[in-house]
Amino acid sequence: MLRVQIASTMAMTETTCKDPVIHNHWHAIAAIEDTGSHVHHTRLLGEDLTYQASTARDTSDSTGDHEFAVSRTAAPDKLLPVHCAYGYIWTCLGTPAQPLFTLPEYAESDRNNVCACSVGVRVSAPRAVENFLDMGHFPYVHTGILGEQPHTEVREYDVEITEDSNEVIATRCRFYQPQAAAGANEGMLVEYVYRVPHPYCSILYKSCPDDESRMDVIALFVQPVDEINIRAHALVSVIDATSAPLAIRMFQQTIFGQDKPILENQLPKKLPLDPRAETPIRADKSAVFYRRWLSRQGISYGVIPAAA
Amino acid sequence: MITLYDYELSGNCYKIRLLLSMLEIEYSKHTVEFYPAADHKSEWFKAINPLGTLPVLVDRSHEPQNAGQRRPLQQKTEKPHNEQTADLNPIDGLTLKDSAAILVYLATRYDKTASWYPSSDPAKIAQITEWLAFADGITASASQARLAEGFFYNVDADACRARAHQLFRILDEHLWFAEHRKQRWLVAGDLPTIADLACFPYIILSEEGSISRQDYPAIRRWTDRVKRIPGFIVMPGVFPIGPELSS
Repeated sequence: MLRVQIASTMAMTETTCKDPVIHNHWHAIAAIEDTGSHVHHTRLLGEDLTYQASTARDTSDSTGDHEFAVSRTAAPDKLLPVHCAYGYIWTCLGTPAQPLFTLPEYAESDRNNVCACSVGVRVSAPRAVENFLDMGHFPYVHTGILGEQPHTEVREYDVEITEDSNEVIATRCRFYQPQAAAGANEGMLVEYVYRVPHPYCSILYKSCPDDESRMDVIALFVQPVDEINIRAHALVSVIDATSAPLAIRMFQQTIFGQDKPILENQLPKKLPLDPRAETPIRADKSAVFYRRWLSRQGISYGVIPAAA
Repeated sequence: MITLYDYELSGNCYKIRLLLSMLEIEYSKHTVEFYPAADHKSEWFKAINPLGTLPVLVDRSHEPQNAGQRRPLQQKTEKPHNEQTADLNPIDGLTLKDSAAILVYLATRYDKTASWYPSSDPAKIAQITEWLAFADGITASASQARLAEGFFYNVDADACRARAHQLFRILDEHLWFAEHRKQRWLVAGDLPTIADLACFPYIILSEEGSISRQDYPAIRRWTDRVKRIPGFIVMPGVFPIGPELSS
């Protein structure tokens, strides 16, 4: 019993966000298709929110779109900014400091855009993003799907932080995958490009089994419930004329289900930004850049900042 | 032909997939998205199972006049994930809507060794039935805590965890005493029974509901033994195990 109480006390640590960058960012809270006109509840940055399709509520607020109404549960009359993008409802607890990142592929008419799932995981948002960037775990955690032994090598790849858009970009990532996507019938050497355009979001472009000239897109939008709990939202945007949305969703849910126990057992739950805190190997180059990039922005929420 | 109405992340469905694999029974899967779509509460699925629960197993090879005979299935699987169209017609064959009932049926009908459910041994099948009920208690506690954390179910997760720990303590003591009698499984005997498969999934997934198994060493040794049963398969959240170390 004592253990249970300690665990639940830790999980409910009050962590109203003092990090201005994160406070003024857009965060995904739910898939549009999962949201009806009744009142839904969730948490963001340690605060309880309610949201609903805004048929019954006054939406004369001046910011954002008006299809959904989002507010703090404690202040139901003060609507928060809302932005609908990439299949999800985004909101901001402060004042949006910049527009949401662009994902132009989402608008391509022949893509199958699927909101795959929203899953709760007991981990910090940056740990989840870093796991998404990591190819090294594929053969061990996603065995037979995104990797398999003995094809365990992460080959040399390039990482940079772009000057204009301020994103982490990893290119020339290649990995052998037995079943790269729901529609894949055989193993293939898959090429990846990763973007991290938001401290808690990452977008992965990977070779499309159906069309050599294009890339499938898988995006991870992490909702920071608090500093050490998240809802992981996945968008899959693929060129796949044959796989049904259900097959695409189940493929992604399987991958998330395999990652969940790995993430929940990582300690410390917050991501340490001190370069000496955890020892990287060559395959972790993107993680090294990601941590450096978070440090440069002064991110403090969900991380253990490096000593000044 | 056997069809399993299945959700990959469901522990109750996993019980059935485990036994089907261990008995090497061919079957097809019909995916029902439990979360977030809640397809198990849809009209088309409730036409199959009015309770709106998973798993459901349909055995179209079931013929009442042959019900007493055991025979292996010969049919190949049909295309998996034929999820688009619901079968709205009344289903021919046997439809079973409860994981324990499905385990009993599959073991009684298809296990030629009659070890998974030794139906001629009154004491053993009574003990197995006790553990099937115990497994339902684990589902009502450990599984509910997992649904609260992963899928945002509105339940009292702390109460579920407390109840799960009570059950785990009872199970750990049972297994500890069994080990001292050189027994490896929930029901005494040389081989595992469906009792082991019914209890295994929501115990091995318990940490997803913040229920640690650290204080239950006999449970941990037993889950390792289950993972070494020939035909064992994993699901997301469950990891395979290597061979037993020889001393």
